[in-house]
Amino acid sequence: MKRHTVKEIQSMIKSKSASAEEIYELYNKRIRQMNDSINAFISIEGDEFDLDTKQADSEVRGVPYALKDIFCSEGDQTTCGSKMLSSFVSPYDATVVKNLREKGSIILGKTNMDEFAMGSSNETSFYGDVSNPWDLERTPGGSSGGSAAAVAAGMAPIALGTDTGGSIRQPAALTGITGLKPTYGRCSRFGMIAFASSLDQAGILSISAEDAAIFLEHMAGFDQKDSTSSMETVPKYTDFLSNDLSGKVVGLPKEFFDGSLDTRFQELVTDSIHEYEKLGLKFKDISLPNIKYSVPTYYVVAPAECSSNLARYDGVRFGHRSTEGNDLDAFYKQTRKEGFGQEVKRRIITGTYVLSAGYYDAYYLKAQKVRQLINQDFLNAFEEVDVIMGPTTQQSAFKLGEKVDDPVSMYMNDIYTISSNLSGVPAISHPIGFVDELPFGLQIIAPHFKEHDLLNITHRYQMATDWHLRTPEICRGID
Amino acid sequence: MSWETVIGLEIHVQLDTNSKIFSGASTAYGSDQNTNTSLIDLGYPGVLPVLNKEAVMMAIKFGLAVDAKISQRSIFARKNYFYPDLPKGYQISQYELPIVESGSLEIELSDGKRKDIGITRAHLEEDAGKSIHDKFIDQTAIDLNRAGTPLLEIVSEPDIRSAEEASSYMQKIHQLVRYLKISDGNMQEGSFRCDANVSVRPVGQIEFGTRAEVKNINSFRFVENAINYEVERQIDRLENGDEIIQETRLYDPDRDETRPMRSKEEANDYRYFPDPDLLPLEIDQETIDKIRESLPELFDAKVTRYVEDLKIKQSDAEELSRNMQIAEYFEETLEGFGKDAQLVSNWILSEVMAVLNRENIEISAFQIEPMRLASLISRIEDNTISSKIAKDLFNQMLTNDETVDEIIKKQGLEQITDEDSINQYVTDVLIEFSEQKDQYLAGKEQVLGFLVGQVMKRSKGKANPKLVNELIVRKINADTEK
Repeated sequence: MKRHTVKEIQSMIKSKSASAEEIYELYNKRIRQMNDSINAFISIEGDEFDLDTKQADSEVRGVPYALKDIFCSEGDQTTCGSKMLSSFVSPYDATVVKNLREKGSIILGKTNMDEFAMGSSNETSFYGDVSNPWDLERTPGGSSGGSAAAVAAGMAPIALGTDTGGSIRQPAALTGITGLKPTYGRCSRFGMIAFASSLDQAGILSISAEDAAIFLEHMAGFDQKDSTSSMETVPKYTDFLSNDLSGKVVGLPKEFFDGSLDTRFQELVTDSIHEYEKLGLKFKDISLPNIKYSVPTYYVVAPAECSSNLARYDGVRFGHRSTEGNDLDAFYKQTRKEGFGQEVKRRIITGTYVLSAGYYDAYYLKAQKVRQLINQDFLNAFEEVDVIMGPTTQQSAFKLGEKVDDPVSMYMNDIYTISSNLSGVPAISHPIGFVDELPFGLQIIAPHFKEHDLLNITHRYQMATDWHLRTPEICRGID
Repeated sequence: MSWETVIGLEIHVQLDTNSKIFSGASTAYGSDQNTNTSLIDLGYPGVLPVLNKEAVMMAIKFGLAVDAKISQRSIFARKNYFYPDLPKGYQISQYELPIVESGSLEIELSDGKRKDIGITRAHLEEDAGKSIHDKFIDQTAIDLNRAGTPLLEIVSEPDIRSAEEASSYMQKIHQLVRYLKISDGNMQEGSFRCDANVSVRPVGQIEFGTRAEVKNINSFRFVENAINYEVERQIDRLENGDEIIQETRLYDPDRDETRPMRSKEEANDYRYFPDPDLLPLEIDQETIDKIRESLPELFDAKVTRYVEDLKIKQSDAEELSRNMQIAEYFEETLEGFGKDAQLVSNWILSEVMAVLNRENIEISAFQIEPMRLASLISRIEDNTISSKIAKDLFNQMLTNDETVDEIIKKQGLEQITDEDSINQYVTDVLIEFSEQKDQYLAGKEQVLGFLVGQVMKRSKGKANPKLVNELIVRKINADTEK
């Protein structure tokens, strides 16, 4: 098969070499052929092809995309990977979905994910594990595992995901694609089922940075329905893609290069830095002294917010409702016991604990203070450098089942990615090579609202290399 | 031992906004169950709250009216607990940084003494829905129309020392929120309700006693009754050597007693934390100044102005100002009439109030608009009609939409001021009642009233009584001289 980029689909539609309907059918067919082995989709959109005609000239008109099942889409089952919402049909569109719908982009289906986005391997989903298209016995990462696998396997040209602690970048790295987490507030969170409200952000999983630029432009922007969305103007990201990189300074935090990375991954990172030097970037060692507290800080803040955000799943108005329980408390307990999986319960309990009287100051308040210090580290660093680079993950895709019983080791998956959520800065991951035929990614972090720099830098790299175009074996023999 | 009562009130005022505090759904009272509910009020997955600016403005108005500090930065927090009428599993409320802090309000007691009651804080929050337990057997119904209605919770200092003071404070707050037009103050509909924290301590003791919180009191009378009951109960216990348990109690007006609520609800740890869906609420000085300028004249200032500028009796000025709608009615009528505020006040406090009381209606439902009342009073003042006719006319106007002048004309109610016409009646009366005329001449002056009455009767009340009086005297004197 050919994994078409959004850019290619655009020109196919423009030159009339394929109609939007034919393209949609091509992907729909691929999904039906491949989903049994990859399990990237929880639901596949029906057979009727529904192209909104409102925006005839949009760049994404007729471009189909896969939607993480955390986004509400009107009339569609929206499960968030949970039994709790297995029967939930959303009566409305999330703002980002509405934005894309109005521009004529079409949903292919809703992708698998860790339950309520809590996980780094897609193994906490009520709908089963997702397989990494590069090795079906391995994880695609999480929580946007379905979206990543779908793009990597050519089941969708592009997908939306959400990133609370690395949920776009880590699976992008593990499946050899490009993953962009925009600045907190860049895309509306309205209609995106909340995990940790102060950290969640919608983003894009795509083959190329160019595709991400095209989509972000159409998704992003201020939304009256989300008080935390930003009024900052949305630039035309594609205009920045080809800018010359010379003179830009990259910070390499010593905390990301502390020798803990396996040498084979370290070599890939070093190679990519050499490539970037050829493109004119200058490198500088920097320090982010408080970054070492990122994981514990995150695992206080995120569970605290989730314990409150998930209180609404009580079986009273929608979603799973237990038939057992003789009084109100028993009904609540039974509904939530049946509806939530183990990892979600673990985080609700952790979050409830850290917010409890007597513990609030020691945990939640302290975590918020550390969070400010981490943010300050970034602000200080960006006084000296334009962007920060490092590995996206500590290793490539691990085996399904390998870490599922060891939550702390699972949490360490996000050691490099979590800090940008705590600070709100945008970050991107793009593929830089393979170790044992498994892809590996480089992360680039920019100051708030400098997505255009991330896309520009990544695009120039992708013009000079072809790691992002490598296609897994499983795509062979599929149209 | 003698005891001192210590009371603090938490008053919940439903703000009279068009839409809810965090959604666009209507706040109208009395709609069908669960119809005034958006996905936000229902706590659907993915939805987010957006703060209603109108509610914020109203809170600031209140704060300024009680000389409080308006926080330029306040925070919305989540109060977490599970209950079926709380859709999100948390209530959005202000906890650590409320919008209004440290104000005070002066109350007046029945003995005329005045006292300042401190207001610790007032904060914005959303109301919960309603659980209806008596509609279905073995089932509870949930109505979420009220969920998300904006509330201003006004917390007093423990400055209140008696049930009377509590009631007076509650009434003063009630009057204030209606003056400010931030709440309809309707207690039957639950728009204005309070919780009372009550404790007692031996006179002279500085530390507070253990308090009980009496919840959901929705009338001035109940607040007095509930506190009196609670004080007596607490003193009884203490004098019998029992302790006071810190608990939440409910007042039952039917039995006139307070009872403990289920203790389970006490065990809640609400796990407050700042709501990450809402940014801190920032208010600039300019906005505060603008609102300050737009504040209406409040009760005390109004009374003073009525007495000093309009020369109305103190007691009448207070009576008129007690309810701002009445005061507005008064002012509009006065504007239409243009002079003699006391005369306008008399008409409103006697005739108008009598109708309101008799028909048990608010001034807003009163049939005669201020301008019509003004023209009625004008016609008395310019001698077109007599005050006696005016009272009949007033009663007719309750059901007759025609203008005052039209009714006067149609029914020929104009006062007779033409001396010739009146003299005819006078002549007739003096002939018919010559005996009384002689009595008057003999010095029995009170007979004059009888003679005036007779003339008035013949003129069907239309003759100008003053003129009648004058003409009778003149005629008798003239007759005698002959």
